[in-house]
Formats: sequence, C-alpha cells, structure tokens
Amino acid sequence: MQAVSSWGRLRQVPHEVDRPAFLDSAREATQRGGPMLGYGLGRSYGDVCLNENGRLIVTHLLDRFIAFDRESGVVRAEAGLSLDRLLRVIVPAGWFVPVVPGTKFVTLGGAVANDVHGKNHEGAGTFGAHVRAIGLARSSGETLTLSPSENAELFAATIGGLGLTGMILWVELQLAPIRCAKLQTETLAMSDLDAFFRLAQESRDWPYTVAWVDCLAKGSATGRGLFIRARHAEGGELKVHGAPRLGVPLDAPGFLLNSATIAAFNTLWRKRPWVLGASTQHYEPFFFPLDAIANWNKLYGKRGFYQHQSVVPMAAAPDTLRKLLGLTAEFGEGSFLMVLKLFGDKPSPGLLSFPMPGATLALDFPNKGESTQRLLDRMAGTVLAAGGRLYPAKDATMSGEAFRAGYPAWRELEARRDPAFMSDFWRRVTEAA
Amino acid sequence: MTILILGATSAIAQAYARRRAAGMAFVLAGRREDRLTAIAADLVASGAKSADTLVLDLAALDGIEAQVQALRARYGDVEEIVIAYGVLGEQAVSERDLPTARMIVENNYVSPMLWILALLKDRPPMAPLKLVAIGSVAGDRGRASNFIYGSAKSGLDRVLEGLAQKYDRTPVRIITVKPGFVDTPMTANYKKGGPLWATPDKVAADIERAVAKGKRIVYTPWFWWPIMFIIGHLPWFVFRRLKI
Repeated sequence: MQAVSSWGRLRQVPHEVDRPAFLDSAREATQRGGPMLGYGLGRSYGDVCLNENGRLIVTHLLDRFIAFDRESGVVRAEAGLSLDRLLRVIVPAGWFVPVVPGTKFVTLGGAVANDVHGKNHEGAGTFGAHVRAIGLARSSGETLTLSPSENAELFAATIGGLGLTGMILWVELQLAPIRCAKLQTETLAMSDLDAFFRLAQESRDWPYTVAWVDCLAKGSATGRGLFIRARHAEGGELKVHGAPRLGVPLDAPGFLLNSATIAAFNTLWRKRPWVLGASTQHYEPFFFPLDAIANWNKLYGKRGFYQHQSVVPMAAAPDTLRKLLGLTAEFGEGSFLMVLKLFGDKPSPGLLSFPMPGATLALDFPNKGESTQRLLDRMAGTVLAAGGRLYPAKDATMSGEAFRAGYPAWRELEARRDPAFMSDFWRRVTEAA
Repeated sequence: MTILILGATSAIAQAYARRRAAGMAFVLAGRREDRLTAIAADLVASGAKSADTLVLDLAALDGIEAQVQALRARYGDVEEIVIAYGVLGEQAVSERDLPTARMIVENNYVSPMLWILALLKDRPPMAPLKLVAIGSVAGDRGRASNFIYGSAKSGLDRVLEGLAQKYDRTPVRIITVKPGFVDTPMTANYKKGGPLWATPDKVAADIERAVAKGKRIVYTPWFWWPIMFIIGHLPWFVFRRLKI
C-alpha cells in the first residue's frame, strides 16, 4: 500500500499502485481485479482520482506519442502524455492544444476523463469536443476503439466519464493551428459584477476571455477585478515554454494565508501599474500562470485546501454570483483570486460534462475545518437552487443529492461504468442512491 | 547522425533518446517488438529523422557477430552507440540459485562486453565514435547486499577502462555512466523516494552532457562521485562494519 493524495492534499489515501511502462502492461493491469482507477498527474483537487484501499493504475510512464501528422494536426498519444510535453512538440510545428485548462501538468487521459475546459469555451467547447478517438481497455479483457462513429455510446460516456468506463490507453486529438507562440492580450479594469457581464458581452470576438476577481471586495465593489481577453498573435516565433522557475519545498505555515495577506496580495495584483492595457504575452504566463511555481498547492499548508467551481445558467447568473461572492466575503475565507468566466452553448460530446451555458466561478479555500465545510455547503446549496452544478474534478465535499441533481445523466454513466472501476468520488456521490 | 541503442526499452535509454531526438536517426535494439515500435513512433513524432527497430535477444551470446555484421552492412559505422540493457535481479536469489547468478553476469557483463568487442572489431580506428555504456555505482566496491550484479558491472567497467586507454587520443570516446538509485521499472521492488533517488530524465540529462563533452566517467546524479570516492577509499577495517 502506498499513500496517494490529490492536488488539494486534504487526505493521504492508501492504494495499491501499478505503474505500467507500456500499453501492453497497462492492459494487463486491468486484468488483476478491482476496484481500480486510472491516475494521471493527480491534478484534480478532490477525490475523483482516488480509490481508497483499491488499485491505481498510474499512467506516468505511458507518455509516448503514437503518431503526429504535422500537416493535418492530428495527434495520437498514450494517455499519460502531459500537455506540457505535448506542447513542447507541437508548438514548434505550428499547432496548439485546442482547449487548455489552467495548468499544463495534466495528462490526456485526465483531460478526457474530466472533459476539461479553458478560457475559450464559448468558441471551442470542451476538450472532449476535439477528441477524435479513444483507446479503452476494459476489465473484461476487451480493448476498444471509441469514436463518434465507433462504440459511440461508450465514447460519450468516457468523455467526462471520470475514468470509470475503463482504462484510457490513448487519445487522438485534433490540434488547432497557430502562427505564433504568443497571444495579444487586453486587460481591462472591472469595477463590479455588472462590468463583468458587460465586458464579456463586448468581447465576443476574442476567443479567450477570463476575469480575475477580488473575492474580499464587498457591497457595491462586489466583483471588482480584472477582465482579460486574448487571441493568438498573427506572426512571430513558435517558441516553447520553459521549466518551472520556482518551487515550494515545504508546507507553508497555516498562518501565512490569512485575510490580511490575501487582501494585500489581491490589491497588489489588481493595482500593478503595468497590468492594464494591451500587450503581447507568451502562452505560458497567459494560460498557466501558476505552473511557474512547482507544488504551489503546498502554500496552503499541511491541512490542504478546497476549491469551489460551479456553473449556473445565464438567466440566474448575476443574482447567484452576487450571492456566492457575498458568502465568501462574509466568511472571509476565500483566497487569492477568484476566476470568473462565461461558458458558451457549444455542447460537449460527453455524457457528464461539467460546462453548461452560463457563468462559472472558481476559487480556493484553505482547509480551516468546519467553517470551511459550512461555507462550501452553503455555496453548493446556492448553486443548486439556481439550477447549476459543481465540477467533480475540483470537488471534495458535494453531497450525493447535489451531484445527482446537477448531473441527471449519471445513471447512464453508471450503466456504462466498467464494473471493476471505481473512485472515492463515485462511491461518495452515488452510494445513497 | 545515427545512434544505435542496445536495450532501447530501458527507462534511461528512452529518456536519453528523447533528449537527442531532434533530427536524429536511431536504431533501437531490444527483445519486445511492440515496445520498440512504440518508442520508435514516439521519437519520430517528437522530431527524430528516423527510428528503426531491431528485435533480438541481446543476451544470446552466439549470434552477436552475425548481428553486428548485419548492422554494419545496413547502417555503416554509426557515430554513437549506447549500451543500456541490464538485469538487476535480487542478490538473495542469485546467491543461492546458480543459473540466476550466471544469467546476471551474462546479461550485465559477458554480453555487453562481446557486443562492444564485435562492434569495435572491424571499425576503422579513426572513425569518430561515442560509446556510452551504463554501468553502476554498485560496481565500485563489492558489497554484501549486491555483489553479483556489482561484480558484473565492475567487469564491464574494467573493459571500458581498458578500451578508453586503447583509444586514447583517437576520435573514439568511451563513456562510462554510473547511476545510483534510479526510479525505473527495474527498481520496482525498492522502496523509493528521498534525496538519493533520481528520475531517468535526470540521468539522461547527465549522459547528454557527458556525451557532448566526451567525458570518461560520469556519476549521476553528481553526488554519487563524492559518495563513491569515500566508500571506495574506506579501509577494510571500516568497510567490513558497514551495512550497505
């Protein structure tokens, strides 16, 4: 048994760990009995990547390209390939990952299993919308190719399927062409929540948009922050990113992140004199600002942290966001910057995909025990009442009722789940049903 | 330029080949065709000019000369050869089971030595070559916990040392790599973690640097050099008491 934790570092969980070095051994690993679960880089925050006292099939060594067509931008690679290495190879060839989450330290398998989204959701949809095919090993011994035309139901169940339909062996992805590794960005001051919706409306011809919000702002200042929009630059160098420059070697002491230090940080972040206006930025700091600090999760100290990410339908969005921001300001527990963005209406091929047309909000909470738990519960209740849902990849606490109300298709995934595959998350949210 | 890798499915060899991939031609030799093909595809996709596979049992001592002739006929005098295969085994088993002990020594010493001799035999002595072989810090001293594997690596070390002397002041560089604990499938049964364990990519980066400089011996990570310097110079009355 080996202790494994997820990115939130809330718990050390014992597992049997398999680390297959080649696809044939990964297939073999699915034949050794369950409950088992694929595990990539462990960047999901809660328990979707954990399987207490069960087996984890870690895909760390399954990180090879299988084929890369530099003309068409179709790439097929083993499930453990990280976006980090993928970008190192495809950027110089004039291609980019069509949808990137906030870190490049995720695997293709994890990106499929959580159907991740990015700052271009309105135009590009989720990661799953660009997946052409998936190789899947089932505990029955079958190895299947899934695509919209082949095993289509299992394809849909596997995208956003939280790794429960079997072991994802490889993923084939359609990349997006770029002419330059840099982005043209514009950063605008956002005085409140109304400004966010107005700016989002005005920025429709910008493929990438996101807002950083000061979660400690109260009253009429609620929603104060920065609105950032970007597009790939038209010409220039196709230069890849570097390695992380800084690291967090130890757990930070718990008192480091308190409302005073966070308020100071947020003010500085927002008021950096050079921040506003147009600029050109490499893709690394634009898409993956936190990747520059390896193990930044240790900043939250030994007890770990939670993240709340929710989406609410557009009609209810202004009111609900105001309520959620009010709650975090009231509890004074939110930390650093909160991310706010709109999702578009491009449907995902996935059965249990998180995004829906509306507004999404994400922010971290250091684990302070019961009060944090209470805050998260109240936020989840607010989201649910507005017809929204929480993101399983980020969640560690939502109730089974909240999950099942947010994801009515869960029964279909349960029906297509590989009976030998299981996660702590799935046990938690389906047990009482 | 062509790199021939014997034991191309080893974790260190894979990490090294990746680092050298841009524009390179590879010949990847090993036992498992499907695995070699997977590695070849990865290298080509990530920028290699070509990656051919050669399926064979490197430990089959009788076929070595014929294999080398076929290789030379097809690829000529390659500019770099990496010998990366090996079997760690378990000391407790190999000490009591003679066929296992023999297998360990054949895989880690006899076979690589014969491959090296065969590969060097008919080469024009002035043809530039970097010959890289993965030894081990275990070969530096005979320790109770690992002396069968250690003795084989030690024997290989002596062969390389002799060749380095023979080819001194020629364009042939003989490079001995001595890794410590590396987190690979080879060491799957060890309890890992802690400052002494290195990743295959760290080792590969050190090899890349040593090859570029034509260094004779490289301990990797670097701290194994002072560690092994001290262990190598401990007098017997101290060494006998160490539980290592």
